[in-house]
Amino acid sequence: MISQFFVLSQRGDNIVFRDYRGEVQKGSTETFFRKVKFWKEDGQEEAQAPPVFNVDGVNYFHVKVAGLLFVATTRVNVSPSLVLELLQRIARVIKDYLGVLSEDSLRKNFVLVYELLDEVIDFGYVQTTSTEVLKSYIFNEPIAVDAARLPPLGPAAIFMQGSKRMPGTAVTKSVIANEPAGRKREEIFVDIIEKISVTFSSSGYILTSEIDGTIQMKSYLSGNPEIRVALNEELNIGRGGRSLYGNYRSSAGSGAVVLDDCNFHESVRLDSFDMDRTLTLVPPDGEFPVMNYRMTQEFRPPFRVTALIEEAGNLKAEVIIKVRAEFSSSITANTIVVQMPLPKYTTREIVGGSENTLRAKLSFSQESHGNITKESGPVSMTFTIPMYNASGLQVIKS
Amino acid sequence: MAPPGQAQRSPSPSQPSGKGEVSDLKAQLRQLAGSRAPGVDDSKRDLFKKVISYMTVGIDVSSVFGEMVMCSATSDIVLKKMCYLYVGNYAKGNPDLALLTINFLQRDCKDEDPMIRGLALRSLCSLRVANLVEYLVGPLGSGLRDGNSYVRTVAVIGILKLYHISAVTCIDADFPAMLKRLMLNDPDTQVIANCLAALQEIWTLEASNSEEASREREALLSKPLIYYFLNRIKEFSEWAQSLVLELVAKYVPSDNNEIFDIMNLLEDRLQHANGAVVLATIKVFLQLTLSMNDVHQQVYERIKAPLLTLVSSGSPEQSYAVLSHLHLLVMRAPILFSSDYKHFYCQYNEPFYVKKLKLEMLTAVANESNTYEIVTELCEYAANVDIPMARESIRAVGKIALQQYDVNAIVDRLLQFLEMEKDYVTAETLVLVKDLLRKYPQWSQDCIAVVGNISSKNVQEPKAKAALIWMLGEYSQDMHDAPYILESLIENWEDEHSSEVRLHLLTAVMKCFFKRPPETQKALGDALAAGLADFHQDVHDRALFYYRLLQYNVTVAERVVNPPKQAVSVFADTQSSEIKDRIFDEFNSLSVVYQKPSYMFTDKEHRGPFEFSDELGNLSIGADAADTVVPAHQVDANDKDLLLSTSETEKEDGRALSSNGSAYSAPLYDAPASVPASQIQSDLVNLTSGLSGHVPAASLAIDDLLGLGLSVTPAPAPSPPSLSLNPKAVLDPGTFQQKWRQLPISLTQEFSVSPQGIAALITPQALLRHMQGHSIQCIASGGQSPNFKFFFFAQKAEESSNFLVECIVNTSSAKAQVKIKADDQSMSQTFSTLFQSALSKFGVQ
Repeated sequence: MISQFFVLSQRGDNIVFRDYRGEVQKGSTETFFRKVKFWKEDGQEEAQAPPVFNVDGVNYFHVKVAGLLFVATTRVNVSPSLVLELLQRIARVIKDYLGVLSEDSLRKNFVLVYELLDEVIDFGYVQTTSTEVLKSYIFNEPIAVDAARLPPLGPAAIFMQGSKRMPGTAVTKSVIANEPAGRKREEIFVDIIEKISVTFSSSGYILTSEIDGTIQMKSYLSGNPEIRVALNEELNIGRGGRSLYGNYRSSAGSGAVVLDDCNFHESVRLDSFDMDRTLTLVPPDGEFPVMNYRMTQEFRPPFRVTALIEEAGNLKAEVIIKVRAEFSSSITANTIVVQMPLPKYTTREIVGGSENTLRAKLSFSQESHGNITKESGPVSMTFTIPMYNASGLQVIKS
Repeated sequence: MAPPGQAQRSPSPSQPSGKGEVSDLKAQLRQLAGSRAPGVDDSKRDLFKKVISYMTVGIDVSSVFGEMVMCSATSDIVLKKMCYLYVGNYAKGNPDLALLTINFLQRDCKDEDPMIRGLALRSLCSLRVANLVEYLVGPLGSGLRDGNSYVRTVAVIGILKLYHISAVTCIDADFPAMLKRLMLNDPDTQVIANCLAALQEIWTLEASNSEEASREREALLSKPLIYYFLNRIKEFSEWAQSLVLELVAKYVPSDNNEIFDIMNLLEDRLQHANGAVVLATIKVFLQLTLSMNDVHQQVYERIKAPLLTLVSSGSPEQSYAVLSHLHLLVMRAPILFSSDYKHFYCQYNEPFYVKKLKLEMLTAVANESNTYEIVTELCEYAANVDIPMARESIRAVGKIALQQYDVNAIVDRLLQFLEMEKDYVTAETLVLVKDLLRKYPQWSQDCIAVVGNISSKNVQEPKAKAALIWMLGEYSQDMHDAPYILESLIENWEDEHSSEVRLHLLTAVMKCFFKRPPETQKALGDALAAGLADFHQDVHDRALFYYRLLQYNVTVAERVVNPPKQAVSVFADTQSSEIKDRIFDEFNSLSVVYQKPSYMFTDKEHRGPFEFSDELGNLSIGADAADTVVPAHQVDANDKDLLLSTSETEKEDGRALSSNGSAYSAPLYDAPASVPASQIQSDLVNLTSGLSGHVPAASLAIDDLLGLGLSVTPAPAPSPPSLSLNPKAVLDPGTFQQKWRQLPISLTQEFSVSPQGIAALITPQALLRHMQGHSIQCIASGGQSPNFKFFFFAQKAEESSNFLVECIVNTSSAKAQVKIKADDQSMSQTFSTLFQSALSKFGVQ
């Protein structure tokens, strides 16, 4: 059970503050913010504050969403997963109702947010986090914030935080907003979003590779129809099911997909999953992950990145980074950032099948001691490729 | 409408800017209060919003309380809600004004719209004003009977709120019993879940002063109730599922079939997308299988994949919480995770707190087959631009080196770090090389060659400097420049701010002197002079001690300061296994994230319901303070002893010195021999004091005598009356402690424990479960191999007559020493027989 919930802006201003149990002193927001801002560990400054910490017997939990700090406090030894999950969920519910989650939208709609908070938690105990159920308790109308005015929050920024959630650029309308025509559009959005982690050795050999994926859904359907989501027929779960003959597939998506493991949203029924790989669900309103999965089966990464550093004397070196797009030339990746701890390089887009090379000459103000290759890197790259996924997982129909 | 943002832009609540605006608001509200003009609700909404926005940023708007209440006579639900929110926030500070709201809240509690009824009831209970509780009882009672489930969920939590305002009112109205009925009969799962949450809180708080409450609390763990919850677990919301699973984890099944049934039933909860549900399920699995080694291990295998999936899905914060739990499991059973090491590789964009956990896991799972790859990966991190990360990585490499048999490759890598010529890398590496040499002296040649090339000017961090100095002293015969480096360091004595470094310098120069006297003599003289003049007490004492030692006899001095050393085989673990076990018992709680048992960071009343181990913590903290604290010190002392080779000696002798002045006698100088001796001595003290906590040894002896007397001449037992025990006995720790203090010992005996029993005693829980099967409940336990200590209690079936037992099991002698205290002394012999027979069957299936 939690004692207080609040949302702080990046500067530490209270945007909403709700005290559920009156067990934690009033100054908790300042205590929290100071601690997070000047976090010290082992005497080292500038380390990042962990999501959970204890100050004078009060436990502070926080998650960062859209540049805001969602915080809960408690004196009780609760399940950290539960509280962090809850904070994330509250952020999502608020986003469902406001359409856009930002400091601006929250400030404009804080009364609605209080309405939500009253129903989500009572005396510290979670009552419901279902956007659907909450609808009948919410009477304020959202004040729309122009999504276009939002700072461009590229997927790169999202990935930097380690999350794989895409900004729902297409879907920024509230679940309770009325269409101008007075008629509701029956819509459902289904996305497969994958985070790919591949490590290449200097010779281009793949050292580790993993895909963390999620099937994300956002439903605006009325009348709660049951929908069926059919996945690849040749889908195996658990590494035990690995096929005997080589399982290298083209990235076009045919062939068996072997997932290491997966989990499902609570609305998903798996009655016919074993038979025909179909998920049955009545999608609740709002945004939610239908399924999360993890795959370490060999796959063809969308890019190959090779880096070469040539040292030319003590004061100069040359860096060559080659990025080769391994996917079909009919699709294009964008918002690409290639990062290397020394130089930074941004390119606008890369078309499939193409190859881009960066060549940078480095000069040093100090004599180097032959360790440049060791101290540079790793080269990392973030990007978005619409209509492409590496695992080959497909939603065939829904 | 003026956006509330305007008000919030005032950066600090303490800014006086709010004042004038508040009185403006007051006037405007007053104007609107009586108005019935069309559109007045809209104007009210805007004003209310302003009030709430001031409240949010911390401006005190309690002065408009009266006006807010006056304006609240409306049918507009949005207005009502804002008003409720406001009232809830300020009622506590304005109890008189709060009375004004009672009227309209009570009226709303009878509204025909269930939404309004629920809202009003919730606000009514949120006023937190003690003298208004009489107004709550009626509405709460009808709320519990309301036909609408929303109103009932609100009412249930409302009762918990009432309990916190006035426990007496709540109990007198018999609300807990009503909640219990509702919990067992309501069709709505959220109502049921709220009942469970409320009852857990109420009964846990009541348990200390009411036997009935404590029985009720235990009854929540009874089989029918657990099955009632388990059978409908899927109907509960994910949050309520977590609550139920927490409860199930405390349940003690009667046999293995039951355990497997529960596990099969909960199997699919492991595929839930909510990490809290999955972790709570895992806790159930782990707790249920504690006494079944094979199955327990299978559980580890089964939960790996879901945990890894959770770690890689969700936000970094969520994955941190899961990762902390994975970390705990990896640390407990590294072997089971040794093939999964690639999952613990760090990604460049992960926050430091995640990377740190991963590094520790990589270190733990390293074994012969994967060390090479892991160390290669770690070496990549060591070159990282992120300095804390680089430091941690180097430490990880060092730790792996210390736990491996084949360190060849690792030593090479470490020495390469020294060649990177980065100060922080060098510093960390030096500390490691020193530790490494203590374990693998055979590598000294290779290491010394590289270390000798490091300029002491480039080493500034005290730890690293101390390590370098230690090596200079220890290996001065192999390091050509050692005396001269030490000499230059001593020349800069005044500039050396770290007393740790100065202490090391004294010892190192002594060692160097024994090996290369002519070259070091001057440096030694300077060092002792500087040390004697040092303002730091320890440094001064050490210098004086060395000086007199040398005066007395140089050969003896060498034996003391530089004795032949054995390689360290195992570096002591910093955390005792008892603490680790306790954290494991508190799986799926903050204890895991903080890596501390809850009693270290939470006050008692907030430790949550059913924290069995708290009670345990309480008691064993009270009674076993010496037991738990002393070993930690000892480990520390051991470690230092090995590290400095002399510090322990010096500490001991330093004390003797200060107490005896200059009149210390020769035997002290047998230091190398006397160190282990004094340690053994303190071990002995520790062992005996462990038996009776901090009771002085003398009284212990008396206790023993008494016990001995009793068992030697047992009362001629006139065919003991048969004794049957209450299988559901309850006793709260407070009462137990009180009784234990008051009652005399009626029996002391020594029993044998079967070898199987000893084998099963890897975790104390095994014995607890076993004894519970014989209607003997454990109230606290603790201790470390070979000595485990348990406090048990039992109750007569027919009446509440208690037996209290202190039982110390020594696993090496397979004996259990038992002290029994009883309300009814005449029955203690009979009970003892029962106890003995239960104990002797432990481990025998």
